[in-house]
Amino acid sequence: MWWSNLFTNTSPASFFNFSFLPKYGPYFLKGIAYTLLLAVVSVLIAVIPALLLAIMRLSKNKLVKGLSGAYIAVFRSTPLLVQLSIIYFGLFGAISIPRITILGFVDISRFIPGVVALALNSSAYVAEIFRGGILAVDIGQTEAARSLGLSSWSSMKLVVLPQAIKNVLPALANEVVTMVKESSICSMLGMVELMFAAKTVASTTYISLGPYVVAAVIYFCINYPASKAIEAVERRMRRGDKR
Amino acid sequence: MATNAELIRVVDVKKEYNNGAIKALNGCNLIVHQGEVVAIIGASGSGKSTLLRCLNMLETPTSGHIYFDGVDLADKKVDLNLHRRKMGMVFQHFNLFPHKTVMQNITLAPVHLKLKTKSEAKAKGEELLARIGLADKANEYPNMLSGGQKQRIAIVRALAMEPEVMLFDEPTSALDPEMVNEVLDLMRDLAKAGMTMVVVTHEMGFAREVANRVIFMDGGQILEENTPNELFDYPQNPRLKDFLSKVL
Repeated sequence: MWWSNLFTNTSPASFFNFSFLPKYGPYFLKGIAYTLLLAVVSVLIAVIPALLLAIMRLSKNKLVKGLSGAYIAVFRSTPLLVQLSIIYFGLFGAISIPRITILGFVDISRFIPGVVALALNSSAYVAEIFRGGILAVDIGQTEAARSLGLSSWSSMKLVVLPQAIKNVLPALANEVVTMVKESSICSMLGMVELMFAAKTVASTTYISLGPYVVAAVIYFCINYPASKAIEAVERRMRRGDKR
Repeated sequence: MATNAELIRVVDVKKEYNNGAIKALNGCNLIVHQGEVVAIIGASGSGKSTLLRCLNMLETPTSGHIYFDGVDLADKKVDLNLHRRKMGMVFQHFNLFPHKTVMQNITLAPVHLKLKTKSEAKAKGEELLARIGLADKANEYPNMLSGGQKQRIAIVRALAMEPEVMLFDEPTSALDPEMVNEVLDLMRDLAKAGMTMVVVTHEMGFAREVANRVIFMDGGQILEENTPNELFDYPQNPRLKDFLSKVL
C-alpha cells in the first residue's frame, strides 16, 4: 500500500515520516488535554480582572482610567514569552508552589504560573473586548436606568453588563481559540502541552519534522471548526437580536 | 386645580459643549408648579431636549441652578439618585431594557432601591398594566411589542416609582403615526389625574389641548411663554410666528 511508506522507510527529516504515531500517540493526546486546559482556564480566570479593567477604563477618574490603560498597554505591547518568563522566574521564583500532580498529568508547580501568565496577558485583550461590548450598549439604556434613580454601578450591573456580556460571548470564545495557539509558548517553560509533546517526541525519536506536522494538524483541527462554530453562533445572534 | 406650590425652578441655566464653542442653552429660567402640564415646543436644535434633560441632570448644566423640591440639583454635594427617583422620564426611543420582561422592567428599580418588596412592586405593576390594557404582556420581552406598547410601558415603568413629576422627551416622535394617539391618550389621562408634567413635543394639538402653559424655545433661549390659546393664537415673537406658520 502507498501509505505504509508514511510509517516506515522514510527519512527522519521527511514531512511524511509519521512512524512515531503508534507508539507516541497517547503522548499527543495528553498534550491536547493540557493545551485545552491551559487555554480554557486562562480565559475563564481572565474574565474577572478584564471586566474590572474595562470598567476602570471607562471611568471618569483619570487615575483609575490611566492605571487600567497602562496595564493594557504593557501587556499588549510586550511579547507573551517575555511576560511568561518574568512571571515564571520572577513572581513564581518568590512564591514556590509544591509539586503536586492533578488529573494524572498536570504538575501544578508549572501549570499555575503558566495559567497566571496567560490569564494576565489575556485579561488585557479581554478587557478591550468588554470595553467594546459595554460601549456598544445604547447610551439610552444607561440614561433610562439613571433616570429611575439607579446608581451608576447599579445601572452598569443590572442593565448594561448583562447586555454587553451577551454581545461579547463570541469574541470571548475567539479569545479561547487564540489562547489554544498562544499557549504553545508554555512549552518553553516545560509545561507538557501539545507543542511540548511534539518537541519531546522529535528529540526522542530523532524524527525532526513529523511530530510538528502532527501538532500543526491537531491545532488546526481544534481551532478551525471552533472558529467556524463561533461565526455561526454570531450570525444567529445577529438575526435574533432585532430588539 | 391648586397650582400654587412650586416644584421645579430653573435659574439661569447655561449648557455649553466643546468649551463654549457650542451653546445649547443660553440662560434659561423656568418655574413648574405642582399639577401643572408644561409643553416645550421649538425647532430641532433649539435646546428644548437639553433643557428637559437638565431638569433631572442627565445633562449637567455648565452654570445655573435647578431647584427641585427646594434642593439645588446642580450642587455637586446633592445625591442625585435620591431625587431622580421622584422624577420619571420618558424617552423618544423608549429605552426599555431588552433583556428584561415587561414586568421586570417595571419592578427593577422599585425593588432594587428597596422602595417596595417584590410582591408589592409586582402588584403595582399589574395594576398599572391593567390600567393601560396590557396586563397580558407582563411576561413578554420588549422586542415582542409594538412601538406604542413599548412607549406606554416605558411610561408605566416611570410611574411605578410614584414620581412627583414626569418628564417627556418627544415621546411620540419615534412612533408610527397610527400609534401616536394611544400614547397621547395615556398622557392625557395622566394630566387629568393631576400629574405634574413637562413635555417636549412636536404635537401642537396635544400641547394646545392638554398643557396649562406652552414654552417656545429657540437658540437655547425661552423666547415666549404663555397659555396655549394665547401662544398659538396671538404669538408675539417673530420667530415663534415663523415657527408656527411652518408647523400648523
